[in-house]
Amino acid sequence: MNTAYEKVINDLAPRKFSWRGNVWVALLVLVILIGIYSYVQQLKHGLVITGMRDYALWGIYISNFVFFVAVSLVGSLITAILRLSDAHWSTPLTRIAEIIAVAAIIMAGIAIIIDMGRPDRVLNLFIHGRLQSPIIWDVIVISTYLVLSILFLYFPLLPDFTILSKYSDTNSKLTKWYRALSLNWSGSEKQTKIYSRSIKVISVLIIPVAFAIHTVTAWLFETTYRPGWDSTNFGPYFVAGAFVAGSGAVVMVMYVLRKAYRLEDYITDSHFDKMGKILVMLCMVYLYFNINEYLMPIYKSTEEEEVHLRSLFTGEYAWLFWTAILGGLVAPVGVLLFPKGRKPLPLFLVSLAVVMGAWWKRYLIVIPTLSHPFLPIEGVPEAWRHYSPTWMEWAITAATLATALLIITLLVRFLPIVPIYETAEERGLLENHSVNESL
Amino acid sequence: MEPKKDNQQKSRRTFVEQGLKYGLLTAASGALLAKVFGKSESLDSEETIEVMSTDGTLMQVPASAVEHAHEKKSDYNPREGFPNRKFVMVVDLAKCRNAKKCQSSCNKNHYITGENAWIKIYKMQDSEKSAPYWQPTLCQHCDEPACVKVCPVDATFKRRDGIVLIDNNRCIGCRFCMAACPYSVRVFNWSDPWQGDTVEQAEYTPDYAGIPSQKGTVDKCDFCPHMIDKGELPHCVSACPNDVFSFGDLYEDTVTNGSGQSFKLSKLLKDRAGYRLMESLGTEPSVYYLPPSDRIVDFEEGLENYTEFQSVDKPQVP
Repeated sequence: MNTAYEKVINDLAPRKFSWRGNVWVALLVLVILIGIYSYVQQLKHGLVITGMRDYALWGIYISNFVFFVAVSLVGSLITAILRLSDAHWSTPLTRIAEIIAVAAIIMAGIAIIIDMGRPDRVLNLFIHGRLQSPIIWDVIVISTYLVLSILFLYFPLLPDFTILSKYSDTNSKLTKWYRALSLNWSGSEKQTKIYSRSIKVISVLIIPVAFAIHTVTAWLFETTYRPGWDSTNFGPYFVAGAFVAGSGAVVMVMYVLRKAYRLEDYITDSHFDKMGKILVMLCMVYLYFNINEYLMPIYKSTEEEEVHLRSLFTGEYAWLFWTAILGGLVAPVGVLLFPKGRKPLPLFLVSLAVVMGAWWKRYLIVIPTLSHPFLPIEGVPEAWRHYSPTWMEWAITAATLATALLIITLLVRFLPIVPIYETAEERGLLENHSVNESL
Repeated sequence: MEPKKDNQQKSRRTFVEQGLKYGLLTAASGALLAKVFGKSESLDSEETIEVMSTDGTLMQVPASAVEHAHEKKSDYNPREGFPNRKFVMVVDLAKCRNAKKCQSSCNKNHYITGENAWIKIYKMQDSEKSAPYWQPTLCQHCDEPACVKVCPVDATFKRRDGIVLIDNNRCIGCRFCMAACPYSVRVFNWSDPWQGDTVEQAEYTPDYAGIPSQKGTVDKCDFCPHMIDKGELPHCVSACPNDVFSFGDLYEDTVTNGSGQSFKLSKLLKDRAGYRLMESLGTEPSVYYLPPSDRIVDFEEGLENYTEFQSVDKPQVP
């Protein structure tokens, strides 16, 4: 028996939660229950329970949806792009990234249904779907991405499931699950060949689909005439922002998991340093798109654009806008350019700012535009001129975020957070020790 | 005000008579005319009828060859619309004094119970030094409707007769059409509309919007196909005390106002320099506006009716 190999398995096999983990799950469930209560009220009384009205016709449900789509893109970045470029250092992060991607894309789909006035008619999208509508494009690419992401999470798990089914004999029920899910993976040459090939194929396929999900989401706005959305910059601007949000999310999850599971041997300071470098590059790319998005229209200052941009720069939304730009983008670049800023704790804090900034940035993309239509806002109650979400709307939104975190938490509970097989392979522990031999 | 109106009426008399006489009949398509000319030898034996061709010349054709568009009920399908019609509206801004009768009539006849009316009279001023004016604004029934383009389920649709409608039994409530519409004419049923039993139990058809409205779906001006069907004008047109609105058929080149006066559409638009809202967007609206020049009423008169935060009168709860 190879003791180093056994140590890897012992370190990385899923473990039961400590009391902290259980409290965390209970907390999430509580938030979700409050959200479900609010959603039942929404089903009963209609969207009137939200702060949305005829002018602010979309609100935090939609900006939250955009946020989820954005975060889900990271699966393709960390896993596919880095895999294809043979950046082996990212192996311990691939599963975290894929878990986040799957959780986020599931919740993106749910978030959009929550926003619908008639969720009972969701099947109309398939019965009467019109290919001319960007919403149908979104339905197609998001479901494609969901399937690819699940496969992308699942395939690299096959050898890990076999390993776990042999090692986690304490819990027989779980062992059975692992064995069934391993699809009789034995590590034979033939299987390994198909396995590597499949992962490579999905890595290639998932990149255009990932770009498509966020580009199409950008097009939901860009296909309208409204100032603030009527921009040819929107596709790449959204994709760039998505990588920022997703990378921030990965850093946060890897920091928490490393602490909780003492994974310092696997998720090292060097991983944080490299993720910090990726994040700073992505922030700068996103900043570049932001400059394009805001500076050129304000330079020209057409009447409609000016009203919109003034509300962002100096008006109603200025506080939020500058906090999101400076706190969620400029300051992180400043910190992450220095090696000390890329140490685990500072990077975690910066990522927190980046992710929160990313959430509010989507709010700033969706909401202000709607308060500046072409014709004056008249003949409606004064309150309709401004949008402020109701507590139930917040509760439902918080519940979607909590559900995403719960999905991540449960997957972390039952799946090896760091790929066992690939780690062992990269550390050269499999050389005289094929998986099936040891079993 | 009244004498002024009489003068106008006189000056337009000839033209009005022509419009009334020929406007109701449609010579339909060029194909039909070709057919008519093809058998011109039989003309003297049949009863003939006088029609106006598309270039404005009058001609005699056999009565049997003329289709009466209004009577072809059997062809009518709420999604297709009235055959061989193309509805247009002209809004004369020179006459609007914000009386808001259009709005109250529309609200009443469509049983609008929400906060946002389907027709609104905006207080407009294009630039600082130019004069303010009142602009009644309803669904523009665009020929390139941005709302229809983005609808994921074909719930909002464009008919052959130019009318844009919503199938509230199909609408999923995504509100993309509202985001897409640059004219802000679409309203959403955020809650149950509570229109009363008679309306709520009425049989739903997309060509009578609001009967009944449905929670979680979008509503808007429907150009009143239910009135057209009866040979009457839309509610806003007949309710206006100042004849601001004229409604008619582009193929007949005729529009009729609430007092029953008819005008040749092309001449009216030419003489009065008609325009459409946000022409540059390419939406091709079916509603034309006549500029608020040579106004017969003062802008200020409308101010007493102006309610910035209200467009639907609600019954006062005691």
